[in-house]
Amino acid sequence: MATAAQRRIKSISYAKYGYIFILPFFIVYLFFQFWPLINTFIVSFHGNSDTGLDTFVGVKNYTDLLFGSKNQFALATQVHESFLRTLGNTVILWVGNFIPQLILSLSLAVWFTEANLKIPGKEFFKIVMYLPNIITAASVAVLFVQLCGQSETNPGAINSLLNKIGIVKSLPGDKVDCIPFIEGIWPSRVIIMFIQTWMWFGNTMIMLMSGIQGINPSLFEAAAIDGASSGQVFRKITLPLLTPIMAYTLVTSMIGGLQMFDIPYLYNKDGKVGEHVETIAALIYSYFHVADLNQSKLGYSGAASILLFMITLILGCIAFYMTRDKDEIAKKKQRKKIAKQLKAESKQFGGFSI
Amino acid sequence: MSKMDTVYGKTKDNYRTKIVLKSTVLFIWFVILTIICLFPIYILLVNATRDHTSIANGISFIPSTHIFDNYKVVTSADYRLNYRALYGYRNSLIITCSACFLTVFFSALTAYGIHVYDFKLKEISYAVVLLVMMVPMQVTSAGFLSFMSKIHLTNTYWPLIIPAIAAPGVVYFMRSYMKSSFPLDIVEAARIDGCGEFRTFVSIAIPMMKPAIAVQAIFAFIANWNNFYTPNMILINVKVSKKTLPMMISAIQSSDRFNDYGAIYLAIAMAIIPIIIAYVFLSRFIIAGVALGGVKE
Repeated sequence: MATAAQRRIKSISYAKYGYIFILPFFIVYLFFQFWPLINTFIVSFHGNSDTGLDTFVGVKNYTDLLFGSKNQFALATQVHESFLRTLGNTVILWVGNFIPQLILSLSLAVWFTEANLKIPGKEFFKIVMYLPNIITAASVAVLFVQLCGQSETNPGAINSLLNKIGIVKSLPGDKVDCIPFIEGIWPSRVIIMFIQTWMWFGNTMIMLMSGIQGINPSLFEAAAIDGASSGQVFRKITLPLLTPIMAYTLVTSMIGGLQMFDIPYLYNKDGKVGEHVETIAALIYSYFHVADLNQSKLGYSGAASILLFMITLILGCIAFYMTRDKDEIAKKKQRKKIAKQLKAESKQFGGFSI
Repeated sequence: MSKMDTVYGKTKDNYRTKIVLKSTVLFIWFVILTIICLFPIYILLVNATRDHTSIANGISFIPSTHIFDNYKVVTSADYRLNYRALYGYRNSLIITCSACFLTVFFSALTAYGIHVYDFKLKEISYAVVLLVMMVPMQVTSAGFLSFMSKIHLTNTYWPLIIPAIAAPGVVYFMRSYMKSSFPLDIVEAARIDGCGEFRTFVSIAIPMMKPAIAVQAIFAFIANWNNFYTPNMILINVKVSKKTLPMMISAIQSSDRFNDYGAIYLAIAMAIIPIIIAYVFLSRFIIAGVALGGVKE
């Protein structure tokens, strides 16, 4: 029974406050994020510094990036080559950091959540393993350049450590046969993969741990009573039930990996981005990061951004498709089938709708 | 009977030794990982106290006494051209604090608006928030920069602060939190007592959402403090006294001026230490926040 006062309160519409409260968010979003996205599209159909930024060039930027030109010395060829090179670097660096990161964090998450293991200081380990993630990536990159770099007179911290252990040989004259961690193609890539793994495994571990803790504990108990080994528990219970959160990790890591910027961009000695570690985000950045925007390759950077966006979108869809819950889909199909049968039956009996 | 006892005792002992063995092996493995995690930071701190020649001669795990000499070099005229830590702290703090406040306040406001009120576009606006959550910054940056330069906002702090109002991920987090722990009856009660709508939000909803706000404030702070990409893009032609801390750090290695290793390590350490200290105090909240799955850069 609603009293008169209650009815009156119900009759007052508060809808306008809803609009007022969400308005700032949407205005700022439209202005600072949605319009820039549209603007990136617009920019990608316009020229670069050579033709002027306001000239409409159609899909030329896209064709240049994807196919280059027949003239070997044309800008288009150069742009095409850098695009493919940086895309390859990005994939290599991402795969090289994601696989060890996932193996490490998954195993750690399983061990941390196993109830019967008596390991002192679990909280401390968790805190320390997450620590690298909160340090400024730019500082981390510069720090690793200092640690890994070497010169004529200075073997560098890592090389001299490896020398002490005996992995790197000593040369006559108090010198060390250094590994070129910054100049070398694979050494520099491996170091960047290591930094990325170092920074992100703690984060992934904690997310996977919360996923494992969300699994119904009675399942683990039942498995233990049935005498399942910890390997069996992992394969038959943990892994299948962890699929959704693994899919989430995969997608976010993939999107993040395609945007990988700070560390590859700063992992060099002279301010020039290393050719073998330059990622697609760094390429886009270098195209528009000039003091005077009119001197930039803004068109190319816009087109490359849109291509990157497309790749992200496609990969995201594929990942979701591959990791979707197959049982759930089978059930849905069955339900549909039953519904169809029911419908057909009801038609047979004179078209009564249920 | 005694036979059975021995049999059972044996399996039990077996099981126990297995567990102890596994725990020990894992403990050692965790210690190794801890050392790997802390090793670069430890070397950074040690090298910040050593002088140039001894660093060039090789690695050491024992701190030295040259930290004040290094500090003098870092604050000397030569370094001031590219690295001025105090200005860096100030600028980073200005941008980070304002952006952090705007993110938290407006995200709470938006989530509250969507959660409490019934209006036609309610579901659609929430769906839009979810949809745009996954669009990364890097994809829009070419258009963002060209737009900002058209309206003459490059080289100012505004493009770094104002966009913080629209943080879809934080709105999503706050909305989920409200769903589980913000009963709408409270709003009704406040209305009956004659409380205005905005005041209800400020003096009732915000105190009730403190846990969610604290977690998101910490993450917004870290994300903005560590941001190198956007400031370096927007602040193209600024004096060193207007740069943020990560920008100064990145300038260190591209300059010939910096050839004193001890001073370089100290400069990096000065940028890293404040955030490590903050982490030591806030680590519990941060780890709980990550476990809630609210964040990923």
